[in-house]
Amino acid sequence: MSENGNQSDQSVSASNPESQAPMSENNTQTQGQGAPAQSQRQDTQTVGVTTTSANIIKPVLHLDNVKKTYRNGKVENQVLKGISFDVNPHEVVALLGPSGSGKSTLMKCINLLERVDDGQIWLNGTDITDPRVNADKSRARIGVVFQQFNLFPHMSVIKNVTLGAIKVHHWPKEKAEAKAHELLQRIGMDAKAKAYPDQLSGGQQQRVAIARALMTDPELLLLDEITSALDPMLVGEVLEMVTELKERGTTILMATHEMEFAHHAADRVVLLRQGVIAENGTPKEVMEESQNPDTREFFSHFREV
Amino acid sequence: MTQTATQNISAVELERQGYLRRQNLRSVAISIVSTLVLAALIVIGLKVSPGWPNVRESFFSGKYFVQSFPTVLKGLWLNLEVLFFATIGVAILGTLLAMIRISTSPLLFPLRALATLYTTFMRGIPMIVLLYLIGFGIPGLNIFGRIPAAVLGTIAITLDYAAFVGEVLRAGFQDVHPSQRASARSLGLTSGQTIRMVIIPQALRNVAPALMNDFISMQKDAGLISTLGAVDAVRAAQISVAQTYNFTPYVVASVLFICTSVPFILLNDWYSKRLRGREQGMGVV
Repeated sequence: MSENGNQSDQSVSASNPESQAPMSENNTQTQGQGAPAQSQRQDTQTVGVTTTSANIIKPVLHLDNVKKTYRNGKVENQVLKGISFDVNPHEVVALLGPSGSGKSTLMKCINLLERVDDGQIWLNGTDITDPRVNADKSRARIGVVFQQFNLFPHMSVIKNVTLGAIKVHHWPKEKAEAKAHELLQRIGMDAKAKAYPDQLSGGQQQRVAIARALMTDPELLLLDEITSALDPMLVGEVLEMVTELKERGTTILMATHEMEFAHHAADRVVLLRQGVIAENGTPKEVMEESQNPDTREFFSHFREV
Repeated sequence: MTQTATQNISAVELERQGYLRRQNLRSVAISIVSTLVLAALIVIGLKVSPGWPNVRESFFSGKYFVQSFPTVLKGLWLNLEVLFFATIGVAILGTLLAMIRISTSPLLFPLRALATLYTTFMRGIPMIVLLYLIGFGIPGLNIFGRIPAAVLGTIAITLDYAAFVGEVLRAGFQDVHPSQRASARSLGLTSGQTIRMVIIPQALRNVAPALMNDFISMQKDAGLISTLGAVDAVRAAQISVAQTYNFTPYVVASVLFICTSVPFILLNDWYSKRLRGREQGMGVV
């Protein structure tokens, strides 16, 4: 990928892991980040394998130097400048950062709704950015919930929830509907199975959207600012559901602005700033103990609470 | 539910309901009176014009109406057949055109250019010229043998209306928000499944009135196959007119065409209303 003009200095700093280190003192626990990317690429057997205290954990998601630039005519905007981090099994990772820091773009890249310009994304040992890997199959392994719910307005709740299972995973209709009813029951929406999305409140729609994403037990659940479009009264019911998923061991990567929630529910917090990882650590380390002035500024409102 | 509700109605609400009822009655009365006045004006206008008896005899003669009705009705059956096959053809070709036009793959550029050229050409050419071109041009090539005029007419109508319908569908496809596509793809649906299960159903709802408009227009234009010599309702009426020098058979054909379109118009209204009620919720405005 050619980086030119005013982008060059940024891309150099992003592609070199060493130059990032001073920015994030708290990265000691960060897996993968410090390891040289080149050596991992050469040996596919050990790709994405992370060693923490002698236990070998295979991360569900392993991002390796992911870059993305949007081009609009001659204007280039490098949104992701080399992002590397892992999401381990049963882990809830909160992706924080101000608007425009690249959270949404990163989510889209992981879900292959955007093509990365460079770097690799590994999902349980598969490089899903490899063009030879079927993108539809990779997408089907990841559950996604969007900010605007994005339920299909022409389908009832039950049809929305079962569509992927029936059409993509080829489940028999009875099996899919049984599972869907079970999920809807769990979230208290089974009575609305025959309703259409526009007849539901925002919070109800978002819960249905989560049920839809969970139908086929995805290996990873991506939650892209799922409470941002909800009024404060409805945020609680959706976050409660996320907490329940965490207790059930679902692996979750969530982009969010809910700092309070990230602080008590996330196992790890990744803070993006202008397309690079500024912090990566436990909520306590990142949100309370970081000495970085920008990080302290970002969490200042949270800390005052 | 309504019973408990009526028991607890306050005096204010009762007064409001009474006011609304009186307002409704008043507007109904006004509309009835104004309609009657307009009708009376038309009748008086026709009665006082000196040529009215002749015009009435030429176009609205009861005798010729009854006389020509059976043959014109028989001709109408051919129009319905043409309409049936043309609708299928237009649906297929129109969808294809729309899908090519919204594609973004560089590989499909030649097809896209061709589709653009096609819709531009077909929408610009007068229907009657296209009918002549196909109705007399294709048999003139002397390769297919003898093709019935109705078949050639159907082909011409299909080619013409596919261009219009293709454009309507394209607008409909593009109107479906990109987030719907993202949502469908992230479930793992393929591009084709996404178009079939998510984009097309939503697009059709949005453009149903426009499509119905084209359908009714096509139904009317099916009468143009008479120019190729096919004995449809219009042609049958023409033959009667030539025999009797009375224009009433044309009115018969028109009445039949209008009657055929009414069920489709009602169906369309009912369908769009039902969808609106179900998917958008209903309010007072």
